[in-house]
Amino acid sequence: MNLALLLVAIPLLGAAAVAMLLRNLIHSALLLVGSWAGVAAFYLWAGAEFAAFAQVLVYVGAVSMVVLFAVLLTRQGDALPPRDPSALRRAFAGLVAAGAVAAVLLKAVAATPLGADRAPSAAPALAVKQLGLRLLGDHAASLLAVGVILTVALLGAVVIASVDKPEDRA
Amino acid sequence: MNPLQLCLAISSLLFCIGLAGALTRANAILVLLGVELMLNAANLNLVAFWRYGPDPEAATGVVFVLFSVAVAAAEAAVGLALVIAIHRHRRSVRLPEANVLKG
Repeated sequence: MNLALLLVAIPLLGAAAVAMLLRNLIHSALLLVGSWAGVAAFYLWAGAEFAAFAQVLVYVGAVSMVVLFAVLLTRQGDALPPRDPSALRRAFAGLVAAGAVAAVLLKAVAATPLGADRAPSAAPALAVKQLGLRLLGDHAASLLAVGVILTVALLGAVVIASVDKPEDRA
Repeated sequence: MNPLQLCLAISSLLFCIGLAGALTRANAILVLLGVELMLNAANLNLVAFWRYGPDPEAATGVVFVLFSVAVAAAEAAVGLALVIAIHRHRRSVRLPEANVLKG
């Protein structure tokens, strides 16, 4: 079982790491799509099939399209951007900070006695019908609020990104 | 290391990869993608605890993940619209050059 988890996790982490390193933005976006598909594979491994379905539909389907549109609309020609002289210092500082956070988190995970006294049980059996009943029963108000959030956010995104004055078209 | 700790270690590494990308890169779109990776790492944590935790309510973890995915998608759309608007005004999306308010 751990082998299956590692088979999911190593491409996931590798794709994410390479995506954050590349200078070509479209390659980064496509590698990140692979990373999101890896996250969906993790959900399938854990037994949360509906979460995997939602992940593929939202991230691999919709967010990746929005990201690629943004990348294509903000291109500055095919030449790669020139290297900033302060980029190396910023990269070093960013990597040191992320490495410190990683060390703290991994140490905390390894040191906490998480479920060590409980045998790894089978995945909780969650039928989609039960999930639907919970969403529309106990969490109906949250579901409506998320609908309003999505509507307002997308309307706002369209308003922000649209051209409103003729002098914006420079 | 039991499986729950392995899952948490994987999500911690993904979080730190996203954090490194968000802190390091100059392009605003890549910073937003780093933030998306961090949100995905948090969702991995939620599913890991749903999988290995005690099971009174089998749906709560997955419901949490669904709401998190929806709100993260809305945030990504708004963030990328802002990047497009900045590009329209300044013809550049590099963060070191977005320093008009710098004193």
